Amino acid sequence: MLLSKEEVEHIAMLARLNLSEEEKERYREQLSSILGHVAQLQALNTDDVEPLVSVLAKEMPLREDLPSPGLSLKEATENAPDVKADQFKVPPILDGADE
Amino acid sequence: MPEYEIVIGLETHIQLNTETKIFCACKADSWEEEPNTNICPVCSGLPGVLPVPNAAVAEKAVLLAQAMNAEVQTDSYFDRKNYFYPDLPKGYQITQYDQPIATGGYLDLPMGDYTRRVEIEKLHIEEDAGKTKKEGNRRFIDFNRCGVPLIEMVTGPNLRSADEAAEYLIRLRQLLRWLNISEANMEKAHLRADANVSIRLKGEDKLNTKTEIKNVNSIEAVRTAIQKEAKRQIKEVEDGNDIKPWTLDWDEDTEMLSKMRSKETEADYRHFKEPDLLKVHVDQAWQDRILKDFPELPLARRQRFVDEYQLPAYDADILTNERSLSDYFEQAVKAYDGDVKRVSNWMINDIQRMLNESGKMAGELKLKPEYLAEIIQLVDSKKVNNPTGKSLLDKVESTGKSPQEIVEAEGLGQVSDTGAIREIAQAIVDENPDQVEKYLGGKDGLIGWFVGQVMQKSQGKANPNMAREILLEIFSEK
Ligand SMILES: [Zn+2]
Repeated sequence: MLLSKEEVEHIAMLARLNLSEEEKERYREQLSSILGHVAQLQALNTDDVEPLVSVLAKEMPLREDLPSPGLSLKEATENAPDVKADQFKVPPILDGADE
Repeated sequence: MPEYEIVIGLETHIQLNTETKIFCACKADSWEEEPNTNICPVCSGLPGVLPVPNAAVAEKAVLLAQAMNAEVQTDSYFDRKNYFYPDLPKGYQITQYDQPIATGGYLDLPMGDYTRRVEIEKLHIEEDAGKTKKEGNRRFIDFNRCGVPLIEMVTGPNLRSADEAAEYLIRLRQLLRWLNISEANMEKAHLRADANVSIRLKGEDKLNTKTEIKNVNSIEAVRTAIQKEAKRQIKEVEDGNDIKPWTLDWDEDTEMLSKMRSKETEADYRHFKEPDLLKVHVDQAWQDRILKDFPELPLARRQRFVDEYQLPAYDADILTNERSLSDYFEQAVKAYDGDVKRVSNWMINDIQRMLNESGKMAGELKLKPEYLAEIIQLVDSKKVNNPTGKSLLDKVESTGKSPQEIVEAEGLGQVSDTGAIREIAQAIVDENPDQVEKYLGGKDGLIGWFVGQVMQKSQGKANPNMAREILLEIFSEK
């Protein structure tokens, strides 16, 4: 089962990756082989097997609803590429659709 | 023109009033806080951090599920919803997808002469995103709201008018406050509602193409926006045009709907189980603890007030509007010996006024429900007259003393001694010959003025009915 080039382009777009033609072809093969492997696993009959979400301890530890301080404004913003009026400043990202 | 029917479903986001956020210990409420002052590595999506769920979020979700007649799931899971947006620092939102904390449920809306059952299609927990603001061709981001706990609740397409949609939101807001789940203030976005609207010919049961109205921030705006959109759709159909599945943006200032620019690509969120979290396990024992003190709900109490106390539906509605007021009323009724409608009248006229003026909740008044009952009783037994009774409300509230104590200390007891009242009435008559002449000349309305004078001279203590009778007696002798 080989993915189409359009499918690879769609997946790349979802991850906001710009792929060259050569990369598209390479990932098409690699992704296809991964899906092929999964398809092989799917051949197994798992009707009597409970789905497994995690291999970790069964119950999740929960937190009591008590506040404690987080980052200072300086800590929170000092590594940002651009900050204005204490806010992170970013370029438009929605392909210009929101501008 | 054929008759059309509006079909509405509401998608609500409810901000829970927990102390902390859903996966970290930052404060949940950042209202009026400076940008980015209430964040930590977890909610701002720094690498290498792990979310730890807040137990109170699950508890509030169980309370809401119970109120909506939904079924709480012992095991539920968190999922990642993947998309890129500047207000979402992790690149995904943690939400619940196919195994949410509760399933099913409904709310019955009292609509006057009929009841509308609204089914709940979705009820799940999720985290909120941050806020972005556009300035020029840049965006500014405040992450304070990231990780604030939300419940998303979606109704079926069961609502049939803008009024029903508004009623659903009014009842939901009432319930959320009643159960202390959310402040549910729409202006502060604690309660957000998007409306899916379509139309069809009356009698049809198919669902036509719907539009989605977003960014409506008051119940009145929801009502108006739905009315406008339904009108627009009807006109389109009448003109022979198709309804397109638009997303519409509500502009509060102009009260207009405009088409939002849609993204080029179809949403593809690639939900998968959140690998950083295990299942949320709400076993029976925990559910029992959460629901141990589950209160009577407002609509049930409203009905009981009608059945048990024979109150008019109007009174019952006001007296169950808010839980503290409702509890206050019942305590006053317990302490009072007489017609419950009397207590209801004093609550609706006087206690409501005091609450409006002070901004307090009923439970916070120094005028305890027992004191209200005592005041009404003093008036009933004619120990004080009605105006004195009313003035006692504020006196008790400002001093915290019992009504009886104040009556004794200030000598407010009503004068029902005919001799004393006759003496005052006679003096008033003697002092005002002109008015007496006018009255005897046929100006019957002046009797009120004479009674007023007697009341004034007795410092409000005279029994006004008695004063009137005595005055009439004096005049009849003239
Ligand atoms: Zn945080």
